[in-house]
Amino acid sequence: MNEYDMSTFWHWWVVLLTLANIAGIYWLIRWTAKKRPGEVAEGSETGHTWDGLSEFNNPLPRWWLYMFYFTIVFALIYLVLYPGLGRFAGMLGWHSGNMLDVEESQYTREMQRAEERYEPIFAAMAEKDVPVLAEDSDALTTGRRLYLNYCSTCHGSDARGASGFPNLANGTWQWGGAPSAIQTSIAQGRQANMPGFGASLGEEGVEEVAHYVLQLSGRSDADEAKAEAGQARFQMFCAGCHGQDGSGMEMLGAPALTKNVWIYGGSLGAIKHTVENGRAGVMPAFQELLGEDRVHVLSAYIYSLSPD
Amino acid sequence: MSHEVVEKNIGLMVVLIILVISVAGLVQIVPLFFLTSTTEPIEGMEPYTALQLEGRDIYIREGCNTCHSQQIRPFRAETERYGHYSVAGEFVWDYPFLWGSKRTGPDLARVGGRYSDDWHRLHLTDPRAVVPESNMPAYAFLENRVINTDVTPRKMRAMQRLGVPYTDEQIANAQEEVEDRTEMDALIAYLQGMGTALAHWR
Repeated sequence: MNEYDMSTFWHWWVVLLTLANIAGIYWLIRWTAKKRPGEVAEGSETGHTWDGLSEFNNPLPRWWLYMFYFTIVFALIYLVLYPGLGRFAGMLGWHSGNMLDVEESQYTREMQRAEERYEPIFAAMAEKDVPVLAEDSDALTTGRRLYLNYCSTCHGSDARGASGFPNLANGTWQWGGAPSAIQTSIAQGRQANMPGFGASLGEEGVEEVAHYVLQLSGRSDADEAKAEAGQARFQMFCAGCHGQDGSGMEMLGAPALTKNVWIYGGSLGAIKHTVENGRAGVMPAFQELLGEDRVHVLSAYIYSLSPD
Repeated sequence: MSHEVVEKNIGLMVVLIILVISVAGLVQIVPLFFLTSTTEPIEGMEPYTALQLEGRDIYIREGCNTCHSQQIRPFRAETERYGHYSVAGEFVWDYPFLWGSKRTGPDLARVGGRYSDDWHRLHLTDPRAVVPESNMPAYAFLENRVINTDVTPRKMRAMQRLGVPYTDEQIANAQEEVEDRTEMDALIAYLQGMGTALAHWR
């Protein structure tokens, strides 16, 4: 998969057309500069006049003519040094790097230089445990930059999330706040899967469960009678994942319902919507894009955001 | 022969002009039609699903390519942000290609899998809900418009004629696949598939 898959025919097609074109241009310049039979002397009038303006037989200014010659010389030197003539790669062996299997290209060299410079820094950071790294101001500066680049689009530049995108700075975790859990979330991504219970609970059931959930989180706007009715339904439909006491289960990504912290909004309407239709939040995986070391530094930054 | 002859024979001038302006095209463009790197798909690439193909048409209709490019250049500054640079083999089934030439918004060549479907839905409905400094227009109306499935198989048939390897079975099932899906669904399906055939580089 590179330009050298060019067949012999197309190789010569490019070479011959290019060189013939350059030769043709050279010929054209020479030809137009040539004196014609019957031409008036240089500097005198040709006899063409337009509204009193007459044309002189002046040659092209020398500097201008030389510029043409210069472009031809430039083109030839360029074609010797750089790729341009069919399969000929040029004496310098330069390659932009826009082909999958070309080594030693401008791009791979740029990447190598950066790697030599930055990888040791990341490797040194990756050796430290996340909680230690989370005290290191250099690592946090780097982590913050990575965060702003890759994470802030969903979780917000202050990491306080948005509806549907968890707050990372309040110490409440859907998938666990331990360093390893954070790292897994970033590297492998997460896929939550709460089914909708609208069909099994019915409208009234949804309402009751929602009030019970409000009560669990200690909210005063819960209707006690409805909450009480909702408790049994909660035990039947919700406790399997969210726990009997609503404290959640990090392994399944089932959030705690007791903290009055909401991923999808804590209004009665939002809770009812969640119970009725379910939620399936997705965190994309970043291992491939970032690599292990950067994920580690990023984890330390996220870890540092939590209040102790 | 001199200038005068060329200037006074418009037919000859036309021939000479065509000759001059066709050289670059003959050298730079024509051979590309015959290179495997520009005509063969990269390994593991799949043609767009019916839903993605419809989404691509929404992308074209809404002019997304006026503000978003689909070509990551081989510079570190780009690959750090967007992922692996684009290669020609990724676009062999794009009729027309949507490389674009201007980045008012970010490049989208590898946006597939970068965000969740929910994020895209929210972002297309109200971009500033998730990116406060965004100046992208909102496309909330896509949610209310259902894909016209009558033309889906015909679109796929046209692509097949252009060389996209759709099987007749895929075309037969196309209508069912996009039935009752909104334009929002289709656009998100298209976006989520973008650039996923080539792995990221790290």
